[in-house]
Amino acid sequence: MITGLSHTTIWVLDQDEALEFYTRKLGFEINTDATMDDFRWLTVSPPDRSDHELILLVPGPPMMDEESAEQVKALVAKGALGPGAFETDDCRATYAELSARGVDFLSEPTERFYGVEATFRDNSGNWFSMTERAELPVHQ
Amino acid sequence: MPDPIPVYVHLRRAKDLIDRDYAEPLDVPALAREAHASRAHFLRSFKRAFGETPHRYLLRRRIERAKELLRNTRLSVTEVSVAVGFRSLGSFSSAFRRLVGESPLAYARHWRPVAPPRIPACFTLMYTRPHESTFREAGTGDPG
Repeated sequence: MITGLSHTTIWVLDQDEALEFYTRKLGFEINTDATMDDFRWLTVSPPDRSDHELILLVPGPPMMDEESAEQVKALVAKGALGPGAFETDDCRATYAELSARGVDFLSEPTERFYGVEATFRDNSGNWFSMTERAELPVHQ
Repeated sequence: MPDPIPVYVHLRRAKDLIDRDYAEPLDVPALAREAHASRAHFLRSFKRAFGETPHRYLLRRRIERAKELLRNTRLSVTEVSVAVGFRSLGSFSSAFRRLVGESPLAYARHWRPVAPPRIPACFTLMYTRPHESTFREAGTGDPG
């Protein structure tokens, strides 16, 4: 059976700038940074969570033709893409910390039925939820 | 042709500013500055990039935020209209009715007695702003 999701592709506009953002601003760690020919495999994870890697990739050939790559970049830049939700142990404290480092939040920490949630964008334009989960109810 | 991507980045920052400060009066010069564009160029390029003018985008963001408050809080319709940035209850009610298809009070009466749908709020933020296909806007009086 499938036991989890280990890698997620995040389309970014520039790998160096994305790396700077994910490590310096979000505090993530580099998992792998390897280049072969002109392909750079660059993955990051939240601290101590190397079991899920975010692949920071720039759309382009040969995976995508130039026109498709430009379309994906436009979607990222316009803010149309939201790759997922991050977890945090303290949404309000993390919000304060990341805001101070210059992360652009779209919404402040707010109580929801599933926890406390804020939303932010990475420096390319991808939007993410950042949620401190509420205690999950015990199901029968 | 110049690279459109940096332009999109600036326009998106202006759009994000609307999403954050929707309760404030719309300050087109400030948005144009955020987008690194002249006022006229900003208005034109925003519409080309996002399919609607900044005014209309803001109006629909306010109505979306109002829907959330009407569903999830006990605020009165008047309080909701102020909270999302309308200056008059009349303009709020008519915009709401036009974009949602029913009055704010009717909408609240629908939703308040039932548990809200189990949809994460970040997705209602991104996906439940009224748009053309959710409800056909009546009339042609929208200046947006």
